[in-house]
Amino acid sequence: MISSLKEMPREAGETGGMAGSGAGSQLLEVAMGPHHPSTHGVFRMDVQLEGERVVRLKPVFGYLHRNHEQIAEKTSYLGSMPYTDRLDYLCSMSNNWAYALTVEKLTGLQPPERAEYIRVIMAELTRVQNHAGLIGFLLQDMGASGTPLMYAFREREKILDLFEWVSGARMMCNYMRFGGVRVDLPEGWVEGALAFVERAPRFLDEYEGLLRNSEIVMARTQGVGLLPAELAVNAGVTGPMLRASGVNYDLRKVDRYGVYDRFSFRVPLGEKGDVYDRYMMRLLEMRESVSILAQALRDLPGGPILDPKSKLRGLRPKAGEVYGRIEAPKGELGFYLISDGSTNPYRYRVRPPSLINLTVLEDMCLDRSVADVVVILGSVDIVLGEVDR
Amino acid sequence: MTPEQIRSEIEAAIPGCSVEVAPNGAVPGQASLAVDRLHALEAAWFLRRHPGLLLDFCSNVAGVDWLDREISEKVKVRKLVDGVEQEAEETRKSKIPGRLEAVYHLFSIEKKQGPVILRVRTENRSDRVEIPSLTPVWRSAEFQEREIFDLYGIVFTGHPDLRRLLMWEGFTDHPMRKDYVPPPEDDGPQDPRGAVGKEAAAG
Repeated sequence: MISSLKEMPREAGETGGMAGSGAGSQLLEVAMGPHHPSTHGVFRMDVQLEGERVVRLKPVFGYLHRNHEQIAEKTSYLGSMPYTDRLDYLCSMSNNWAYALTVEKLTGLQPPERAEYIRVIMAELTRVQNHAGLIGFLLQDMGASGTPLMYAFREREKILDLFEWVSGARMMCNYMRFGGVRVDLPEGWVEGALAFVERAPRFLDEYEGLLRNSEIVMARTQGVGLLPAELAVNAGVTGPMLRASGVNYDLRKVDRYGVYDRFSFRVPLGEKGDVYDRYMMRLLEMRESVSILAQALRDLPGGPILDPKSKLRGLRPKAGEVYGRIEAPKGELGFYLISDGSTNPYRYRVRPPSLINLTVLEDMCLDRSVADVVVILGSVDIVLGEVDR
Repeated sequence: MTPEQIRSEIEAAIPGCSVEVAPNGAVPGQASLAVDRLHALEAAWFLRRHPGLLLDFCSNVAGVDWLDREISEKVKVRKLVDGVEQEAEETRKSKIPGRLEAVYHLFSIEKKQGPVILRVRTENRSDRVEIPSLTPVWRSAEFQEREIFDLYGIVFTGHPDLRRLLMWEGFTDHPMRKDYVPPPEDDGPQDPRGAVGKEAAAG
């Protein structure tokens, strides 16, 4: 793990892995990653340490870079729909929705009401399993080996079963289409989802009670990784991380895309912006998601699931550009498309919340110990498929 | 505020700054503001501090590569043909020089408004590709401008840490450019039998 680092510009007098800087202090350069277990993927942090204290941290990206954007520019609009599944591979339904929403803005397609409700249901199910998984990983990184993560994955399995039932795939769902969704809900699906929603509060109580009041969790998370609201806004941090710092900005309330204006739900906010707040934020958001799910399943209307004007093949939007965004579980997921009137986009850009939320990683980690870096990174919630694209 | 209003306010506040309203042909069709690169940083500060806009959140920064384009227009001209004035059609060709562009999508969290779309353009695609970095105004541009520098080759002057983000160090080209040609694979002919077969063939 210890190495000398090419990427770090050396200050005068420094020579190698161990280098003196100033009187009496020694700086140690550590490359955490790309295979460090806490990164949950291939991600590296070049850390400079003075003893245990972090004095500098530079994230290094690109290990999973596959030029997603250029591949999408060379294929048709619909052709990139299955590829958006692979961005944040835990939340393929949200990715599908963000992309479909952007193309709908570009072409003027209007999904029918039933499709809008189905999208909300899928997105909120995705949010529940993402947040449950994230908390499991975060607690695992703190040393609570196995138990919380297995609890989370037990519930996640039920959600993935629902996804598989409707789309045929557990993770790479490829379910949304421009102007609606691909297939209607199969018979019995709504009852299955309702059964999950009914049991969900019990799981959430259990999951919250598991370690929420644990003295060790509090000691490791409270006051760690502080992120002031002003910095969070300026650095473009979005999603639960932004709200943990006390900024009330949830795109489901601000943009009111889809049919989110028809549901009553609250936006939880943090006070201090530390890791504990971010942990609590996910617990509270899951409860709100379950409440939205119950409302959406109750009010689910009948009718068609695809705009009749929607064309699957040979879609040629008029020349122009559009930016569409949704509140994905990790933050603001945006797509920026420029059409030149042909069948494939001239420019296709993904605004990855995971990458931009990492802008403040160094600010949160400075002056903390290496063990805290692991916890702080865990509270950001990144998926490398989206960070590197 | 409409883009035209913002444009006139910027031009009034920053002397010498020229702003062009770039039209958008899409269905909602929000026009964007193309600010000249010499005054882009000042204009960005102005937009962030403007009390009516308060654009405190720079959400998305995207690079765009525009190649040289030829546009042919049909123009009606009056011509003297055999002493009689007649209306005739003529095709005129004009060339738009290629350039690189950074597009900023700005929102206001304070006012829950947006987006205002800001474009900053380079002079050409080859040797004059510097534009000012807006990272001092919005730190969210830090990684995104690095990514554009990496994949498009726009040099952001004033960026605190302009290095490649996704491609490796030592890579020289910019793979998101429209005329990018990937280097030929230099792995050599592959032995279909794999490493074991190679060893066996070598005895």
